[in-house]
Amino acid sequence: MNINFTLVAQAIVFAAFIWFTVRFVWPPMLRAIETRQKQIADGLAAAEQGKKSLEVSGKQAEQAIQEARMRAAEIIAQAEKRDAQMVEAAKLAAKAEGEREKAAAKADIQQEAQRAREQLREQVAALAIAGAEKILRREVDAKAHADLLDGIKKQL
Amino acid sequence: MAAGKELNPTEYIGHHLTHDAQPFLGDGGFWTLHVDSLAVSILLGFVGIGLIWWIVRGATSGVPNRRQAFIELLFSFVDNQAKGIFKHGDRNAFIAPAALTVFVWVLLMNAMDFLPVDIVALGTHHLSEHGFRIVPTADVNTTFALALSVWFLMLFFSVQAKGFGGWMHELFCSPFGGKLFPLNLLFNAIEYLSKPLSHSLRLYGNMYAGELIFLLLWTWAATGVVGILFASIFGLAWAIFHILIVVLQAYIFMMLTIVYFSMAHEHH
Repeated sequence: MNINFTLVAQAIVFAAFIWFTVRFVWPPMLRAIETRQKQIADGLAAAEQGKKSLEVSGKQAEQAIQEARMRAAEIIAQAEKRDAQMVEAAKLAAKAEGEREKAAAKADIQQEAQRAREQLREQVAALAIAGAEKILRREVDAKAHADLLDGIKKQL
Repeated sequence: MAAGKELNPTEYIGHHLTHDAQPFLGDGGFWTLHVDSLAVSILLGFVGIGLIWWIVRGATSGVPNRRQAFIELLFSFVDNQAKGIFKHGDRNAFIAPAALTVFVWVLLMNAMDFLPVDIVALGTHHLSEHGFRIVPTADVNTTFALALSVWFLMLFFSVQAKGFGGWMHELFCSPFGGKLFPLNLLFNAIEYLSKPLSHSLRLYGNMYAGELIFLLLWTWAATGVVGILFASIFGLAWAIFHILIVVLQAYIFMMLTIVYFSMAHEHH
């Protein structure tokens, strides 16, 4: 154990190595590691964010599907309702048409009967007048008795 | 047997425990340099810290390759120790990198103990005839250099953190209060004295003892076939155990460095 100048020399060497490490070795390593740590933290945060937004969009999709389903059901219900209405309306229209046609036919028939009755009356009148004429040919002057004949014709 | 001539065990061990001491100024005395310790420690510092620097220079914040992953492992190991102990400011400014330097450097210097002395001596004998010790931490100058550097830095941080007045106050008034100031001073003086001593001598003692035990085993190996057999077995066992000691002592030295720096920042 003899202490000598080696001690001083070694201390200087030691100081130089410490200086070198402090200045050139430690900072770049620290920078690299800290940058990586930050990147990893950022990545994890982004993943978390992604997961969350996925969840949210999943919920939104669910909601949209639900809405669409409800709307579809609504539309179908409306369509059914309209269908029923249309059928009903068509029924009513058909019924009304039938009534009208029936009424028209009835009117026609009445008119026809009226007309037939009219004709019959005219023919009967003509027949009666013809018969009266035949009976009265000689004595009756057609002109003189025209008023009378017309009166008869009207009565018939 | 390195020197080529017959040596008795005492001479053998003495030979291997002789530094390559060169007078630096005049005829030596204090002005002597242990060229072996200095050269090996500088070389190891360049290898260890240079390697880390070379890898760190190309460090990416993306996916690290194996080289970088290894250095990052080392980095986080040291950083975690510093983080756990030093809570008085930015450890990245000085304490953590200093701890990394200490750990890497001391570990490599300790690891020189694994190299078989006689085979290394075949090469180092061309450099120096009077001995070349390749374990710088088995040289008390190296361990004291490190411990005293840490000690002076500790004083510096103490004054920096508390001011000179605050530090003086602490020296006289802690831990027993102002009335017992002589006792406090004595107490603190012993503490300040024991820190570098225990710090350096623990490392020195472990490494020196490890070296010595290897040398004793190799003198046994020189006695014959049985000696070679047993020396090999015990040498292997001691080398394996020494792996623990080498790493543990480097770790302890680093931890004490951090602890002393941390204590310097604490207010009492």
